[in-house]
Amino acid sequence: MSEFIQHLINGISAGTIYALVALGYTMVYGVLKLINFAHGDVMMVGVYMGYATAFGLGRQAQSSPWGVLLIFVVAMGGCALMGFLIERFAYRPLREKPRLTALITAIGISFTLSYGFQLDIGFLPGSAPRAFPQIIQPSQWFTLGDPEFPDVVVWNWQVISLVLAVVLMAGLQYLVYGTRFGRAMRAVSFDHRVAALMGIPTDRVISVTFMIGSALAAGAGLLYAIKDTSVSPLMGLYVGLKAFVAAVIGGIGNVPGAMVGGLLLGLVEEFVVGYAASTWRDAVAFGFLILVLLVRPGGLFGRVAAEKV
Amino acid sequence: MRTASAVSGSGSPSGVPASLRGILPVLVAVPALLVLDWLLSNSPFANYLLSIMAVNIILAVSLNIVNGMTGQFSIGHAGFMAVGAYLAGVTSLALKDVALSFLPVAVSDQVFLVVALLVGGISAALAGFLVGLPSLRLRGDYLAIVTLGFGEIIRVAVTNTEAFGRALGLSGIPQTSSVAMVGFWVFLVVLVARRIAGSSHGRSLWAIREDEVAAEAMGVNTTGYKVRAFVISSFFAGVAGGLFAHFVPIINPGSFTFVKSMEIVVMVVLGGLGSTTGAIVAAVFLTLLPEALRSAFSAFGSESNLAQQVDQIRMPVYGLLLVVLMLSRPQGLFGTKELWEVIPRWIPRRRKGM
Repeated sequence: MSEFIQHLINGISAGTIYALVALGYTMVYGVLKLINFAHGDVMMVGVYMGYATAFGLGRQAQSSPWGVLLIFVVAMGGCALMGFLIERFAYRPLREKPRLTALITAIGISFTLSYGFQLDIGFLPGSAPRAFPQIIQPSQWFTLGDPEFPDVVVWNWQVISLVLAVVLMAGLQYLVYGTRFGRAMRAVSFDHRVAALMGIPTDRVISVTFMIGSALAAGAGLLYAIKDTSVSPLMGLYVGLKAFVAAVIGGIGNVPGAMVGGLLLGLVEEFVVGYAASTWRDAVAFGFLILVLLVRPGGLFGRVAAEKV
Repeated sequence: MRTASAVSGSGSPSGVPASLRGILPVLVAVPALLVLDWLLSNSPFANYLLSIMAVNIILAVSLNIVNGMTGQFSIGHAGFMAVGAYLAGVTSLALKDVALSFLPVAVSDQVFLVVALLVGGISAALAGFLVGLPSLRLRGDYLAIVTLGFGEIIRVAVTNTEAFGRALGLSGIPQTSSVAMVGFWVFLVVLVARRIAGSSHGRSLWAIREDEVAAEAMGVNTTGYKVRAFVISSFFAGVAGGLFAHFVPIINPGSFTFVKSMEIVVMVVLGGLGSTTGAIVAAVFLTLLPEALRSAFSAFGSESNLAQQVDQIRMPVYGLLLVVLMLSRPQGLFGTKELWEVIPRWIPRRRKGM
């Protein structure tokens, strides 16, 4: 029983990270109908920004509350700027082109970032994974059973991640459905040309959406790095892929869907790894995705729009 | 009707009797390949380079049938290649000590190689059928992600199978591949791709590519054609994998990752989605580029460090290439046109017989 509970907790904890990254995917897809393949790599760059900031602050300052805040602000702000630049110079010129061109561009950016960061030329970090500093001291927040060798452990960062994810999801849901900007976002998503005719500054709405999505990616990436205690240039490729799978499972473009999809994916992975086969982790995620898509092609919460001729 | 005119450009020589026209390419290609094989028989590096180039051409041309002609964006081609490589490899390992006694050893080897390649190709085609089926319900981005997922599932499955040597891969596969053999398959895949492009089957694929809903409304059996395109494409990817397994000393799951799939996608996109000759040119160019850069860097002497980094630099360059290409020339170098349709106007050429 305690093993089951521990798996449950680990699954939720892994799923939270997927959900956080998936929120960014879902927002961008919701507005632009573009799979931003580079999202995971933006996350990776954000983690490196945080890493560099923590390194600059030194051991003492980096684990103080203000240090942690600074690390998050720098990483999220830097990524927001990067997201803006990517959207402005890579995606905006392609807005009237077929969707496939934008997808290929996104794949191109993803490759440039993830493999560009592997080069060890100049200031680039090289391909070896590095230890991420422990900016949040891990402590056991809740234990069950023998205090020395507990059966069930809940770590503080797991709770922090979950709370943060729920708060962010609620915030996004409010942003999309409760504010004027959200209404503009939904209008752009529905038909950006008509939205422009109605006086909505579509370019600005899309830019801001991209910036929010990228900042979310950076935040999620930092939480992931704290959990995983390592950073590497290829982390974005696979975490990003999993998060994308989570977003699609939930129904891409749907904020609560991304959350549910992420948690579900985390739980499924954790249980398969825990009870069946640990080496099949990556296959499980995609197998689950294919299964969900075969039953519900629009994802769990998505609707399948009838194709217009 | 740009596409229609692009696909109808069959370069059939006018003076040839109709009965010969079908097999004429075969009659020309096979002796030419045998001569080439004989010429290069004592240059292992040229052999290796030609083989790797040929495998890339087969992969690019076959992916072009799905991505270019049908417009179904598949990004898991390396998965099919892996299926073909492993099953052909296992077949060859099983047949290692058998020989057809009534034939010379070299010929017998080639017969078994063809058997192994067919096993690999057919099992990859079955996998392609499985992947093609979801395309009944999924389109666009969703299909892309499912093909990507399928490629990854195949890789994980191979990594966890005892018979395939797990993460270590297969070694000791007989190195029976030859320039003539890879050349023959290149010839075959190009022939098939060109014949498809010009046939009524091909017209249906082009229709699906341009507008799936309209094609369906016009009575095209879209699902049937899409699945068939997947099956043909993955068959050749499997054969390419089999050929690859028979000239590299060892195959392991690391050769068939997402990165390999993307390399093939870059070739197809660079050449132009839908252009067979474009895919060939891009495959040749992108295979030779790292080698050329490496020898260029080492020729300048002191920068030997840079020569070693060519492989590292290759991937980010591919990424940038995709971005720049999409921004400046989204249809690729040739678009849907073939090589002979883009040569400059001032070069005289034979008029098309309509």
